[in-house]
Amino acid sequence: MSGPVSVSIGRDGPALEWPAARRAEVEQALARYPVRRSAILPVLWIAQREWGWLSPEAMALAAHTVGLPEPEVFGIATFYTMFNLKPVGRHHLQVCRTLSCSLMGADRLFRHLEQKLGVGHGETTPDGRFTLRRVECLAACGGGPCMQVGLDYHENLDEAKVDALLEKLP
Amino acid sequence: MRGPLLFSDIDTPGLTGIETYRKGGGYQTAAAVVGTRPPDEVIEIVKASGLRGRGGAGFPAGLKWSFVPKKTPKPKYLVCNADESEPGTFKDRELMEKNPHLLIEGMILTAWAIQANTGYIYLRGEFDYIQHILDRALAEARAAGFLGASVGGRGFTLEIHTHLGAGAYICGEETALLSSLEGYRGQPRLKPPFPAVEGLYACPTVVNNVETLMNVPHIVKNGAQWFRQWGTERSPGTKILSVSGPVKRPGNYEVPMGLPLSTLLNEHCGGMRDGMKVKAVIPGGSSVPLLPASMLGTGLDFESMVAAGTLLGSGGVIVIDEQTCIVDALWNITRFYEHESCGKCTPCREGTYWMSEVFARLERGEGRTSDIDLLYDVSDNILGKSFCALGDAAAMPVMGAIKHFRDEFEFHVRERRCMANRRAPGLTERQTEAVPA
Repeated sequence: MSGPVSVSIGRDGPALEWPAARRAEVEQALARYPVRRSAILPVLWIAQREWGWLSPEAMALAAHTVGLPEPEVFGIATFYTMFNLKPVGRHHLQVCRTLSCSLMGADRLFRHLEQKLGVGHGETTPDGRFTLRRVECLAACGGGPCMQVGLDYHENLDEAKVDALLEKLP
Repeated sequence: MRGPLLFSDIDTPGLTGIETYRKGGGYQTAAAVVGTRPPDEVIEIVKASGLRGRGGAGFPAGLKWSFVPKKTPKPKYLVCNADESEPGTFKDRELMEKNPHLLIEGMILTAWAIQANTGYIYLRGEFDYIQHILDRALAEARAAGFLGASVGGRGFTLEIHTHLGAGAYICGEETALLSSLEGYRGQPRLKPPFPAVEGLYACPTVVNNVETLMNVPHIVKNGAQWFRQWGTERSPGTKILSVSGPVKRPGNYEVPMGLPLSTLLNEHCGGMRDGMKVKAVIPGGSSVPLLPASMLGTGLDFESMVAAGTLLGSGGVIVIDEQTCIVDALWNITRFYEHESCGKCTPCREGTYWMSEVFARLERGEGRTSDIDLLYDVSDNILGKSFCALGDAAAMPVMGAIKHFRDEFEFHVRERRCMANRRAPGLTERQTEAVPA
């Protein structure tokens, strides 16, 4: 969410540039494949790590970086569920809702979070602290119900554990 | 020791580091084989071991490798399928998290066998932290000379890279995975040509699951007969089962193939939580038909599961208790497939949508008697008619549930409620969000 954002106006190039600190990472991603477009997912990940979400400008930059048309990159970014197509809160709470977690109380847990935070699926609290989302199976079925906060796994949750967890988050 | 083979040393402290891994004999097999033993010999050992793919399909690994053309001007690729997207399955996550070097050694041996100079590990997007663990292990292996321009100093070049997906169940399907790795939307491709002939970048490619590849160093080191001391004639070796649901001790268990499901649940997992009883078990990930409690004596091997009308699949064992409504459980699974259908083919895209709609009607108490046959009919029109196995995966569980638990579906229609339901009303809303324009 940080870093310099330089905006250029015109049709010749993307409106965003990679901040200097990210350029090596982008180059490394491109170097891993014999074909440039293979780097589109890594490059989109770098953009999301940098800016927190994939704005149209970030997608244009990714397209320019790997040499794909912008609409195609939009098509790719929208295919995968983990790319944020709008800004998300500081903590992205992703509650698994698939069968194993559901059997262990994920439904109740999600309703608890909805009530506690006053937001529903895909919504962000007014203070920008939390975005709440139901997601599909996270491969943590033995620790259900589970939730990812950002990219961190939290397993064997219940209402009290979730409350304690949220307390600790800035 | 948690298991005889892959789990024999899995909880060794520091095993993610190359020093600890090498102390246990790690990389000795790769060092002894790469550049000295003929690649075909490795293929023959694995063929003789009967090792079958642990990702779900159970295809013989050695046979798959033998389909890679020997004389081709094209580069060859080895891809590790670490997408682990099948609901109920969480074994590859633990294997990679705790023993990354065993996967790397398995990939080195497999790459040597098929003469591939580049490998990719395709991880599901949520496994970001595992990518860090693997990248560190790959760097260690490179520094120790087991990867790079000359593996073990014997002139064989091998580079292995990790690649992070971004949230798509379909990318566990091998051709969709390859599309995704090439930088396209992760949609499946027509087979044939099979990846062994035309895979990544239209070059010969072997795609193997994490658990499959991790078996390879053990097999090459100890021989095919040694491996066959576990399991059955046609399903040799061990299998890691991921057990979830209300059992006392959920988790990953490595057991010999053929172990009865009831032994796994009662002895390894300690049985059900207090006061609960098993109603049904989904034995191989959410894509396979469930087994009612009366069939828990079935052996956990490929053949026994087929004989019982289901599949061993990925080994994701989901235990459903008596207080759970089967209609509700199947709705949860069906809308998973509706959400994950890639949209490429009509039977799967439309069929999963309409099945979800019918389930929603049943759940709302507005079901019609004809809805049960309608669900079966829609499933039957997806099964075998969709572009890839995702459609089959959506259809088979519904057909199995109607076969074994038709009374619960009928109850739903007649009484306009669940026969049993300890759960909160299902998490039912569709998950689609409008894409910002």
